[in-house]
Amino acid sequence: MALDEIKIGGMGASRRRVEDNRFIRGKGNYVDDIVLPGMLHMEILRSPMAHARIKSIDVSAAWEVPGVRLVLTGEMMAARNLAWMPTLSYDTQAVLATDKVRFQGQEVAAVIADDPYIAKDACQKIVVEYEALPVIVNPFQSMEASAALIRDDKENQPTNKIFDWEIGDKDGTDKAFAAADHVSKLELHYPRSHPSPMETCGSIADFNRATGKLTVYMTSQAPHIVRAAVAMVAELPEHMIRIVSPDLGGGFGNKVPIYPGYVVSILASILTERPVKWIEDKTGNLISTGFGRDVYLKGELALRKDGKILGVRMNTISDHGAFYADAQPSKFKIGLMHSTFAAYDIPVAHLTSSGYYTNKAPGGVAYRCSFRVTEAMFFQERMVQAAADDLGIDQAEIRRMNFVKDDDFPHRTAFGFLTDSGQYEKCLNIGLEAIGYSTFKQEQEEARKRGRLLGIGISTMTEPLGAGNSKEYDILGIKMFDSAELRVHMSGKAILRTGAMNQGQGHQTTWAQIVAHELGIPADDVTVEEGDTDTAPFGMGTYASRSTPVAGAAVAMVSRKIRAKARKIAAHLLEVSEEDIEWELGRFYVRSNHERGVTIQDCAMAAYSNLPDGLEPGLENNAYYDPPNLTWPFACYIAKIEIDPETGVWDVLQFVAVDDCGVRINPMVVEGQIMGGLTEAYAMASMQYQTYDEEGNCIGSNYMDYLLPTAWETPGFELYEVVTPCPHHPIGAKGIGECATVGGPAAFVNAVMDALKHTGVRNIDMPMMPNRVYEAIQTGKDIGGMPPVRSGD
Amino acid sequence: MYPSRFGYEAPKSIEEAIGYLTAGAGEAKILAGGQSLVPMLKLRFAAPEMLIDLNSIPGLDYINIAADGSIRIGALVRHEGIERSEELQAAQPTLAAAASLVADPIVRTRGTFVGSVCHADPQGDWAAAMTALGGHIVAQGPKGTREIAMKDFVLGPFQNSLAFNEIAIEAVIPAPQGTAVGSYLKLERRVGDFATASVAVALNIQGGNVVRAGIALAGVGGRTIDATEAASVLVGKPLSAETIQAAAEAVAAAAEPRTDHRGSSDYKRQIVKTFVSRILTGIANSEQKVA
Amino acid sequence: MSSLYDEVTPTPPSDVPTRRVTIDVNGEPRTVDVEPRLLLAHLLRQGLKMTGTHTGCDTTNCGACTVLFDGRPIKSCTMLAVQADGHSVETVEGLASASELHPIQEGFKQEHGLHCGFCTPGMMLAAKALLEENPNPTEDEIRWALSGNLCRCTGYQNIVKSVLWAAEKMRAESN
Repeated sequence: MALDEIKIGGMGASRRRVEDNRFIRGKGNYVDDIVLPGMLHMEILRSPMAHARIKSIDVSAAWEVPGVRLVLTGEMMAARNLAWMPTLSYDTQAVLATDKVRFQGQEVAAVIADDPYIAKDACQKIVVEYEALPVIVNPFQSMEASAALIRDDKENQPTNKIFDWEIGDKDGTDKAFAAADHVSKLELHYPRSHPSPMETCGSIADFNRATGKLTVYMTSQAPHIVRAAVAMVAELPEHMIRIVSPDLGGGFGNKVPIYPGYVVSILASILTERPVKWIEDKTGNLISTGFGRDVYLKGELALRKDGKILGVRMNTISDHGAFYADAQPSKFKIGLMHSTFAAYDIPVAHLTSSGYYTNKAPGGVAYRCSFRVTEAMFFQERMVQAAADDLGIDQAEIRRMNFVKDDDFPHRTAFGFLTDSGQYEKCLNIGLEAIGYSTFKQEQEEARKRGRLLGIGISTMTEPLGAGNSKEYDILGIKMFDSAELRVHMSGKAILRTGAMNQGQGHQTTWAQIVAHELGIPADDVTVEEGDTDTAPFGMGTYASRSTPVAGAAVAMVSRKIRAKARKIAAHLLEVSEEDIEWELGRFYVRSNHERGVTIQDCAMAAYSNLPDGLEPGLENNAYYDPPNLTWPFACYIAKIEIDPETGVWDVLQFVAVDDCGVRINPMVVEGQIMGGLTEAYAMASMQYQTYDEEGNCIGSNYMDYLLPTAWETPGFELYEVVTPCPHHPIGAKGIGECATVGGPAAFVNAVMDALKHTGVRNIDMPMMPNRVYEAIQTGKDIGGMPPVRSGD
Repeated sequence: MYPSRFGYEAPKSIEEAIGYLTAGAGEAKILAGGQSLVPMLKLRFAAPEMLIDLNSIPGLDYINIAADGSIRIGALVRHEGIERSEELQAAQPTLAAAASLVADPIVRTRGTFVGSVCHADPQGDWAAAMTALGGHIVAQGPKGTREIAMKDFVLGPFQNSLAFNEIAIEAVIPAPQGTAVGSYLKLERRVGDFATASVAVALNIQGGNVVRAGIALAGVGGRTIDATEAASVLVGKPLSAETIQAAAEAVAAAAEPRTDHRGSSDYKRQIVKTFVSRILTGIANSEQKVA
Repeated sequence: MSSLYDEVTPTPPSDVPTRRVTIDVNGEPRTVDVEPRLLLAHLLRQGLKMTGTHTGCDTTNCGACTVLFDGRPIKSCTMLAVQADGHSVETVEGLASASELHPIQEGFKQEHGLHCGFCTPGMMLAAKALLEENPNPTEDEIRWALSGNLCRCTGYQNIVKSVLWAAEKMRAESN
């Protein structure tokens, strides 16, 4: 009989996680847990200056410290052509500084010693003479004609501008604006924020001179990309490089780029002929590695007076720090910013975008952002809110009026994306009901009479997840497919390897559930491995919520290939022709006689012992999946908050999340991802940001200044589910890992705006710290930009 | 993450500890809870040659409440000890209110009250509470003990007036006249954050009148602000809406806040004013209930 | 007796003074020679090869390094190993018995209280300390007790549920 899919841990089962077995015992295998014989420890010396010429470096005292094995400087790297390395955005990044330092925290030298304490002692003895240069801490300073040139190392880089990019229909949009009843404008800044996974970045580089093989254990969300890059940079052949990502303590995009520390540790291992371990401290991670956001928006909506949006015009200016190191599909200079307004039926739109160098940490694409979709959706929902307020239209009604309707799919957005499924209004309705929207207006007015400020904020969106189709998506020319390889053993147990690399998303648990769904092999019988480039099929890794859409699809497809071969074996075992075979979960049977059948396990055994003529032995295959389109999960997030008018402190009274990510493989895991994402949304909305003072000092380079909410501040979340299967995905699933981080922040900001509507305030830039909310209440003015960081009165 | 090298001793008596301090000639530091010192060692903001660990000295973890209500807190009393003491809750509610706001619950199991006062962080909760309560530190050196009032104890940010070979062995809170009431409010954006502003209020109420009003502020100046003078508008009368308002305004004016990323100086004054008002109103309402 | 790092690298230069300390770790006395500056977290991880205790920050904020010291939760990155001489330390490795998981460990698995697992050992030990004193905590009491432990992945809600699950099981077992 067909197996009970839930019982065997198939799709839809809230299967408890396999990975937990080791984590709850403290037996995880993170990079810093790994010890290799003879291993040395590396510490990096970082620049305290944001922009300065290096006049001299004296490392002689460092060499004298007992236990020091090697001291590396930029000059030594340059002698081996390793002082600079390519970034994932076709720029170059300094590995160890040679001529100048270009941001505070930049890597200047490295000490390799017997233990990390000694390495740190020696680092302190290195003397660097800096000559200060003018510091640029935002794109507006960057673009001034008199601004110092940051990237004077590059040819054909006369200014600090990195790119101009544009998409959409300028003329059509201009016409729409000319014909509009009202134009609603909004300027805001999405502040710099850092993914800050609990585990920092690190590597253990182990070059074996006898075999010529380089093994690097490292914190990478995309080990195969690293292998390709290392082959390029270190000029070692690809088959002699093995990248292993063991357990990762969170990633959120921070562990996609290739960092100088990795490269230095590789050279150090080659030179010392010993394994070299480099584990970043939290300051190093916060001050130098891939951050997210730091984008300025000028947004405009052309509106009909009833609230219908006639056109969207956006201009963004992005701050990429000292090196353009964004990890994103190459064709899109500002990522998928143009996915903005995809949930709304907008006839015409135009987006212009420019990016600038500044004296800050490099990057801009990281942090659970789906390649800038966090910015796109935040800008979108803030603009919709402002438009509703400007026209005096209810915030829910304006969304309802402009949504793409359920039967309008497939829908080509004004920026050229093809959305394929959605029930946006249903999501909104569930959210409104759950938050008690219909009675809220009155509740709000009565509360205000008594001096209490309540507000409700809505954020609705659909976002593109699952990069991506080979026609449009590549990173450094490599297409963004993904892969799965499945081998079924003779007892019917199996091992699955994919090109993804999870950092807590639970692939070891959930991929097996797809195999169980397709083949009826119990999930517990499927071992899942990721992260070792010697064994895993080539994949582009896990970020931008692409794994379920792409690698998950590959898992389904390879399972189906296995099932197709097993069907041939079943026909042979049952002595009928293939046309007479039917499948039910776990079992092939003869159509005319349901009792007569063989299990998948029988087929597996036969694959090694009893095959039909002409059929190759074994039961294994692989699949490389090139997704036909992105997937389009959508959501409605609603926050109800109260502000204390005397202090500006705001509390979340209730938060409702309605998510549609198509078919859910493991509901428990999906809900966990949503709650995690909402917490980051809350964090960014309330307290979490990085900024730089006028001298380029990074504020937010440790956990005293970079505030992550604890269990005490973090609100509870009510989760609701809508399921609209993805029409092109083999199992109807969509991505989900980042949705809540993408859509969540606007719900909090819109709620505070709603509470303050009577003051005339239209915008408070995140983070909405109590002092900023208070100031808005007192002055009735918008609060923009970063908090002031200079002391003084 | 990695401190520089230092020597270490774990003396079994205060006298032995003082001996090590004396021998260290100013290069030795006392280690009690370590929750302020060890982080500084790890960041290499401090690099003493020797650490003298008090944790093996017996008899330092007492909270003694005398019959007259005066309180003596030994050098090894942890923040959590204050937080959990029901007697302290009744005797000096200001302390109890502040206790649960110091750092986070895990730091509180180890960090000490006296050590925190010695650390003299301008944002320190305990220095503010001690100032409001009019407490003093008892210091012991080679020549014996002496009492140091809070205003003489904190010289500036992270600077106390202990001699290099003196150890603060206890904190003393004087006996109240009448009933001791009070509270502590702190604006922090999350647990463990530095205070944007915090207010310690310690009143003595006798016969319905406020006979002593101690108010001190943290986070709104280069050091703990003693706003007792501003609070004097409360003294000699019962708490009323008028006196509460006057006190709130006067105390806010006594603050010396600086504009930074936590807020403008005006904002911080507003917080001080609001917190003073809320604490005093809360006291007034509960007094009314009691009466 | 073992000195730090001797399995990986040569012993430190012999003129560096060390102290001999004996610490009860998960019920077993361990004697080591350590430099005074060695942090307890590093002794556990590198010296005693117990890597379940993690380090997640430089400023004593995150609590990933939480262990139980004489039964109370402390941040082991902010204690010197020498200070643990004569005391007991319980790490995540000591939670399970030879045959059974601790109810807290079970609870975290049942209620999906972890994603990447990095904060989990510290979180579970802080929860254990709470439940030993308060066997029937409210959600607020749990959130307050865990406010010294940061998590980036879960959003805390399922961590709270995990602790409630464990509390219920422990109350049932003690009846």
